[in-house]
Amino acid sequence: MKKRFADRLFYLIDWTMLVVSVVIVILPLMNVVSCSVSDASAVGAGKVYLLPTGFNTKAYEMLFHTQALMTGFFNTVFYALTGTCLNIFLTVICAYPLSRHDMHGKGWIMMLFTFTMIFSGGMIPNYLLMKNLHLLNTRWVMVLPGAMSVYNMIVARTFFMANIPRELNEAAAMDGASDLQMLSKVALPLSKPILAVLTLFYAQGHWNAYFDGFMYLTNPKLLNLQVVLRNMMSEIASMMGGEGAGDMAAAQEAALMQDVVKYAAIVFTSIPIIMVYPFVQKHFVKGVMIGAVKG
Amino acid sequence: MKKKWKQVRSHWQLYLLMLLPIIYILVFKYAPMYGILIGFKQYNASKGVWESPWVGLKWFRMFWESPQFGRLIGNTITISLYNLVGGLVPPMILAIAINEMRIKPVKKIAQLITYMPHFLSIVVITSMLQQILSHNGMVNNLLASMGLERISFLGKPELFPHIFVWSGVWQNAGYNAIIYIAALAGISPELGEAAQIDGANIWQRIWHIDIPGILPTAVILLIMGSANVLNVGFEKIFLLQNDLNKRASDVISTYVYHVGLKNMEYSLATAIGLFQSVVSVIVLFIVNKISKKVTESSLW
Repeated sequence: MKKRFADRLFYLIDWTMLVVSVVIVILPLMNVVSCSVSDASAVGAGKVYLLPTGFNTKAYEMLFHTQALMTGFFNTVFYALTGTCLNIFLTVICAYPLSRHDMHGKGWIMMLFTFTMIFSGGMIPNYLLMKNLHLLNTRWVMVLPGAMSVYNMIVARTFFMANIPRELNEAAAMDGASDLQMLSKVALPLSKPILAVLTLFYAQGHWNAYFDGFMYLTNPKLLNLQVVLRNMMSEIASMMGGEGAGDMAAAQEAALMQDVVKYAAIVFTSIPIIMVYPFVQKHFVKGVMIGAVKG
Repeated sequence: MKKKWKQVRSHWQLYLLMLLPIIYILVFKYAPMYGILIGFKQYNASKGVWESPWVGLKWFRMFWESPQFGRLIGNTITISLYNLVGGLVPPMILAIAINEMRIKPVKKIAQLITYMPHFLSIVVITSMLQQILSHNGMVNNLLASMGLERISFLGKPELFPHIFVWSGVWQNAGYNAIIYIAALAGISPELGEAAQIDGANIWQRIWHIDIPGILPTAVILLIMGSANVLNVGFEKIFLLQNDLNKRASDVISTYVYHVGLKNMEYSLATAIGLFQSVVSVIVLFIVNKISKKVTESSLW
């Protein structure tokens, strides 16, 4: 009897906790989305909670006419595509040799790489390096400094070690395959799951990246989406300016719209991530697991 | 020796593959470490790193003796220890709650939704905080509708650590729970069954089986987290910082940014950054050693 009561109490608390967690995660998201499609005066008066009031998409129309945001969007698409390709290439050619049991000196090379995970030059030496390499204010600076993540490389290496049977390599060697052929003909065909995981890790990183753009770019034509979003939060008035200058009514409306446009910009920046999330979240979980085996 | 060399030569292609990654790591990771030298020099851009005159520990001393030192260290440690706990305990509780849920769809939905915010960017999170916590944002509207006074959340230094840590819990608890859920799944179900036969209730089972089962994972995460006590993420603090909350939000990394890139005092900023990295490495080794003795879990 006593045990049944304790168990019931547990399930009651368990249910409550899960429901509360889910609700707490969803509420702010719903609020932001609702505010972005609500009437500006309702948002200003604080009447919008979880559902839109006076549904309209005016803020999004204004966003699409905000040149800086559109430039940022396409820049980020470009950085994410080129960056991810380079990431995958470097990660594979680094992880594969280090996963081979018959490679001499891999212990030392691994140390060379893992040391950078616990110690780094720091903000200023990094900045000076970019400056000395003349990378400041170039598109390269968004791609090269983060060309490979050592953490992801170790994840890939762990995958190779666990999933490419030694016998397969030995058999290929018997058939006269070179090491490069073993990589392309034996390892890669078996590695689709890890390639998917790496692509997602890297692509998400590029999409959400802020620091490098913030530190190394000042040319507005090169800025990435996250930096533009940040700028919008603080300088929205000047960024939306231009339209209806001189027209008092239009200027007033623009001022009223500012908050709603901010909400819309937040949603706009996150939409690609949220849209692919349901389809790819499984791969992320897989990636975490592989990483956890030998982190 | 000769045999080894022969083997290396027969696998020359593997070493060729490593060439680009090694160049990458040398240029973008090790070259900045060489740049740390300017922390011991009077850096002069026209002379370069090597030719600039040595000044010994001048910049370190300047930092240690500066009036900001105590406050910076205090803020940094407070926020990061608080954050460490926030990154360990709530995910653990969430993982147990999810793991014990018997109804599969509920379990799935809870997981799917709680780890979604992890994928939002830091700029999006901080922008959301700014909007939701603003004067006419959702939280203040709720307070006002209950007849309470509106609070300037981001303008109050005493609230800063809580906003920082709990928004992190909101964003990452679900994702961090994944690793614990995996550990819980690895516990043999026979243990639970045996306990049940012995008449243990769920609470006792969690206390005696689940918690010890995930403790090694927690310890590893604690070690890795403790290495970062002095480097709380620059981005999020920087993005949430304003003149009003600066008293509580100024941490070493934001100070390095300010001194280095705003005031252009490269040498001083580099020295402060180095101090931070060195302390982090030392802490990592100490915590790892203690953990090895006490719990038998360690990084290496």
